[in-house]
Amino acid sequence: MQESGRNTVRILIAKPGLDGHDRGAKYIARALRDAGYEVIYTGIRQTTEAIVDIAIQEDVQFVGLSLLSGAHMALFPRVVQLLREQDADDIIVFGGGIIPAHDVYELQDAGVRAVFPPGTPIQAVIDFIEETRSESSAEPAVR
Amino acid sequence: MSLKDERSRWEREVVEPVVRKHPERHNGDLATSSGIPLQRVYTPADVPDVAGDANADSAGRAAAYADKLGFPGEYPYTRGVQPTMYRGQFWTMRQYAGFGSAKETNDRFRYLLDQGQTGLSVAFDLPTQIGYDSSHSLSLGEVGKVGVAVDTLADMELLFDRIPLDHVSTSMTINAPAAVLLAMYVVVAEKQGVTRDQLRGTIQNDILKEYIARGTFIFPPKPSMRLITNTFRFCTEEMPRWNSISISGYHIREAGATAVQEIAFTLADAIAYVEAAQSVGLDVDAFAGRLSFFFSSGSDLLEEVAKFRAARRVWARIMKERFGAQSAKSQAMRFHAQTSGASLTAQQPDNNVVRVTLHALAAVLGGAQSLHTNSRDEALSLPTEDSVRIALRTQQVLALESGVADTVDPLGGSYAVEALTDELEARAQEYLDRIDREGGMAAAIDRGTPQSEIEDAAYRYQREIEDKERLIVGVNCHEGLGDSCMDIMAHNQDVHDAQIARTRHVLDARDESAVRRSLSSMHEAARDDTADLMEPIIDAVRKYATLGEMCDTLRQEFGEYRQHTVV
Repeated sequence: MQESGRNTVRILIAKPGLDGHDRGAKYIARALRDAGYEVIYTGIRQTTEAIVDIAIQEDVQFVGLSLLSGAHMALFPRVVQLLREQDADDIIVFGGGIIPAHDVYELQDAGVRAVFPPGTPIQAVIDFIEETRSESSAEPAVR
Repeated sequence: MSLKDERSRWEREVVEPVVRKHPERHNGDLATSSGIPLQRVYTPADVPDVAGDANADSAGRAAAYADKLGFPGEYPYTRGVQPTMYRGQFWTMRQYAGFGSAKETNDRFRYLLDQGQTGLSVAFDLPTQIGYDSSHSLSLGEVGKVGVAVDTLADMELLFDRIPLDHVSTSMTINAPAAVLLAMYVVVAEKQGVTRDQLRGTIQNDILKEYIARGTFIFPPKPSMRLITNTFRFCTEEMPRWNSISISGYHIREAGATAVQEIAFTLADAIAYVEAAQSVGLDVDAFAGRLSFFFSSGSDLLEEVAKFRAARRVWARIMKERFGAQSAKSQAMRFHAQTSGASLTAQQPDNNVVRVTLHALAAVLGGAQSLHTNSRDEALSLPTEDSVRIALRTQQVLALESGVADTVDPLGGSYAVEALTDELEARAQEYLDRIDREGGMAAAIDRGTPQSEIEDAAYRYQREIEDKERLIVGVNCHEGLGDSCMDIMAHNQDVHDAQIARTRHVLDARDESAVRRSLSSMHEAARDDTADLMEPIIDAVRKYATLGEMCDTLRQEFGEYRQHTVV
């Protein structure tokens, strides 16, 4: 069952770095699709540059990054930075994985809007998307 | 009155009145984590072969028992691969460890050995596992994170500094570049004065599950299988005490597979390896004794114990009946177990100590040869030294205090466990038959069948948690008052630069033209499908060629695997 309006939100779930653990990423992608969003999953081992390119080409409003290897401090802010350089910082970046609490604040300072720890109910992610979607341009941006 | 009639009477006269007043949980609709329905109670009628079919004579009963269970150390090895199991020697307590630099990991190794650990297990960082030097742009952020960074032989020398390689056994979680890391280990040993035939340990070397579930592939399947058969041959000829592969269900299970799928996909991979080795002319009994296995041990205790027992029985039959293996070593499935990382929770992490204890108990009751117990804080970060010590102590308490190690296969003969063992065997066999009909595991992986089955199972599992059909303490019930604070391990952010600087020193000191020559011999060998790659790789390792240089040489010839993921 699709809730009205949800299908207009496009989300990219992405795996930056070399980490192959994508059980969580695949679950989030599928569960968000079941919740009525349009979801694209990049597959594992993507460069930050490739993720940003896909996000722009696919005209998504959200990029969800998943990483369990500990490279999040190097890679998550880089995605935010690259989006900014492409004038695409209206795309909202969130993340998940094995992210120690003290890193979460630093990631938020760097522009990652939310970080979801293991065990987060999918509803929390949906709530986040619904709360922030108006900030992201609903219309395809001219770039 | 037969047992069946007695059972019906009991259900009717005793159970029904009780259930009417006090219904069972989920109206009695209870199942294992793999979805195998669980009966209220099991009786000899459920396992006539094991319990002794009342209609058979005593010789018939003995034959049925021998066929299903046998004695420990005898075909079909259901009850264990050694006759005395842990009455002789406990399982090897082998904690997977590695982070940061070779120096830091060497310190952790020597700490663990001081604490009574009996074998080493090396975790390499992701660049090493995927054949990139630390200086590669794709290594950014990953150097020294999930394991130790190894660029050249110099790192391996430091990693095993003051650890006598003739006295420890070492397991290395390395797959796509397994041949290179094995070569490095051999050369480090050589420098310690330890010969190849003295070395004991394991390389994971299981590329098929990388395509299915773990993701550290480099090359396409065909050249990858060739590297594997090259290492099989090398180990068979040079390293008789070394396990040439660890065929791994662990990552398949952790990616979301059920226990049934874990058995089936792992054994289907194993069949593919045996066939590959036979196709290059290796005799099954010459190499199969050094095949080892690796499984996950999770929370569903009875199903997990049954899984290990069923896996041994299925494998023994495959080796004997399908491949005609004669030697007991080829038929006996030896396995390492690791407690399930995916079942650890970030919420209330101290509860994970209890979970790990259950997982470890399942592995011991299931007859594991070696065991890694996870640390309570692994859903948060890399484990601290305190957490690692508790994990190791958990094994020691099980071994020394619980008494479960004092008799062989203590759950053997439990009606429930035997019935589950039979059921898991039957269900895994159905999968194996289907994979055979579809042209074997390589073809199935190519089509993405196991991948999508695992993904579906993972999705179902997570949905059950979301819907509270499956309860996880601290996550979707008994959430309590928030989490206790826990000190977690801080990553050393300086590893990346220090590692690059260290390797630069090594490169400055090496004989550059000797490196070029050895790499070009390696390239020559790679070009010829029938050539051996191990000796050229060992030569390049000796000249301090980097892991990245060696893997790039192979990439040029073999190409790279690209995964297509559809969700």
